[in-house]
Amino acid sequence: MTQACSQRASSLFRAFPLVLAACLAAPPPAPGQDAEARGLEIAQDARARGEGFGDFTASQTMLLRNREGQESRRELRLQVLEVPGDGNKSLFVFDEPRDVAGTALLIFSHREDDDEQWLYLPALERVRRISSSNQSGSFLGSEFAYEDMGTPEVEKFTYRYLRDDECGGLTCTVTERVPTNTRSGYSRQEVWQDTDELRVWRVDYYDRKGDHLKTLTMSNYQQYLDRYWQAGEMTMVNHVTGKSTVLTWADLQFGNDLDDNDFTRTGLRRAR
Amino acid sequence: MPRRAVPSGAAAVVLWTAAFAPAIHPDAAAQGVDFDFSGRVRLETRWFPQAGTFPGQRRHAGGIAAEPEFYFENAQGRSFTLTPFFRYDSADANRTHFDVREAFLLMFGQAGDGEWELRVGIDRVFWGAAESRHLVDIVNQTDLIEHPDEEDKLGQPMAHLTWSGDWGVAEVFGLPYHRARTLPGSRGRLRYPLPYDTGNALYESRAKQWHFDVAGRYSHSLGPLDFGASVFNGTSREPFFLPGANATGDPVLHPYYEQIHQWGVDAQVTLDAWALKLEAIHRSGARNLRGVDENYGALVGGFEYTFFSVWGTAADVSVLGEWNYDGRGRDATTAFDNDLFVATRWAPNDIQGTELLAGIMFDARRASRVMTLEFNRRITDRWSMSVESIALPGVDASDILYPTRRDSFFEFGLFYNF
Repeated sequence: MTQACSQRASSLFRAFPLVLAACLAAPPPAPGQDAEARGLEIAQDARARGEGFGDFTASQTMLLRNREGQESRRELRLQVLEVPGDGNKSLFVFDEPRDVAGTALLIFSHREDDDEQWLYLPALERVRRISSSNQSGSFLGSEFAYEDMGTPEVEKFTYRYLRDDECGGLTCTVTERVPTNTRSGYSRQEVWQDTDELRVWRVDYYDRKGDHLKTLTMSNYQQYLDRYWQAGEMTMVNHVTGKSTVLTWADLQFGNDLDDNDFTRTGLRRAR
Repeated sequence: MPRRAVPSGAAAVVLWTAAFAPAIHPDAAAQGVDFDFSGRVRLETRWFPQAGTFPGQRRHAGGIAAEPEFYFENAQGRSFTLTPFFRYDSADANRTHFDVREAFLLMFGQAGDGEWELRVGIDRVFWGAAESRHLVDIVNQTDLIEHPDEEDKLGQPMAHLTWSGDWGVAEVFGLPYHRARTLPGSRGRLRYPLPYDTGNALYESRAKQWHFDVAGRYSHSLGPLDFGASVFNGTSREPFFLPGANATGDPVLHPYYEQIHQWGVDAQVTLDAWALKLEAIHRSGARNLRGVDENYGALVGGFEYTFFSVWGTAADVSVLGEWNYDGRGRDATTAFDNDLFVATRWAPNDIQGTELLAGIMFDARRASRVMTLEFNRRITDRWSMSVESIALPGVDASDILYPTRRDSFFEFGLFYNF
């Protein structure tokens, strides 16, 4: 609120001095340096809590809904391998819709370098390297962009702690993160994380023009291996188009003994 | 999902038994033999606006094609895939055909820090990077009757061993049997004036179609570069046509397959929105258009640039440019001896997965132009549709494509995917 207020205040200062007056009544923002350090600290702490999982496999169902309420379903399976000190290796295999069944996507995400992506098209038996510049592109026609699907790497954002806020009975920190990648579709994001476990409960996405584009809400959190928290349901609502996507996780399993050989271009052809 | 398998013996029969012993074992259910059935059925209609150049050629063809896939996998991750294919075509008897696209056993396991994989049976393999033409892709024969774009392939009997690691991927292929190219029948379009005697292919090798061909490939991915180097030694997949007579004395063209040797490289550099692509081959042992042995080189190279999320929408628009070159010039056995391909791809990233690719091939030496259009879209989660067209607005009389100058067509397809 404070930030939105100050932006509005600066641009509308001359025409509407009253807006500024209203903003001055709100609590003053924390000094810039401290807020940035605290935001980064939260992000690093959250990453540290998620580290050491090794690997996992899971299924995902996506329910795509348009403004008129028409629905379309996507089903996919994924396996993820942690690469200590760098990003992850992920393999997605699509089951529904049936015309893309067997299509597989291999992603090597990196903390600092650009991600590497290969797509396997079963109809042509062809493994094709695809550009990772497509960060803002829609994942399978859903409201999730490619950049929303992976783990947001700490190094790919700058942070600023904004405030504490109540979220579903818990206390959440609200942190602003700004993508450093100029190809991101977002100017900034606001992330709600509870102070107990640093689980993400809500993300507000702002487009390049600064307008509130999408809201992600997470629910049905479950703890695995007495340590890792994973939301069972993730709902992305696009406020501009009125479309929404509900992503449901199932069959999450850790400790599958996966290694680099399960994430190869040769293996892509075998994935099914 | 890939699972690790245990190394085992080599003979196909042993493999079969080893892979599927659990299927007949009383503990089969407990061991978990997976079975999966999927595939697609398509209804298609092809319409040629102009009457054929040769007598008997039809202006319309309707048909149905089915490609089901049966997949079995045991608890060790070994699998058997069976993919038969059948098409019925109302106009061309040759286009009504059956093929086994896939029937292979697959097993894999660890080899040092890397991995080995063995596929034995009938399978499909793709090599290459370019869009307008697939030069280096040689393992499988083209099912040309399916589509003149040469992207449909016949199943190829093979033993295919892969060894991969941090250092790249090495593959060797043993190819014991040659599949003859499918070609249009007398009522079909997109053919030469004389009918093909497809049932009587001729071979340079005395072993005929049983010549044992070998192929190898090394590929790797280094940062933005993905590349492969390949070699093939054996029976050519591209027929040379010898005029002759059939059993009843009518003039025909006999497909003739030489013994060839081919080196190939393919590469793609992916940088931001750019994809730079190259394929090049050197082939010896093949006849040129005049029927003379000629060693030659050919290449296709170019770029694809994508504008992501154009005009604030979810749509991606790409522009492609590729140059096709064949060192034999006017003696080339292909139309793409010196041709520039320019195309655009439009993908709105909508729920229907809509995609459009429209391109033009410009012949640099002649006035010939070939326009191509491909449009795909899902209708429901199970049904999808396609529109395809090849238009020949001008074919030079000296062009190898001249006999097909009146064979522009539109094709509408309706697919049920299961």
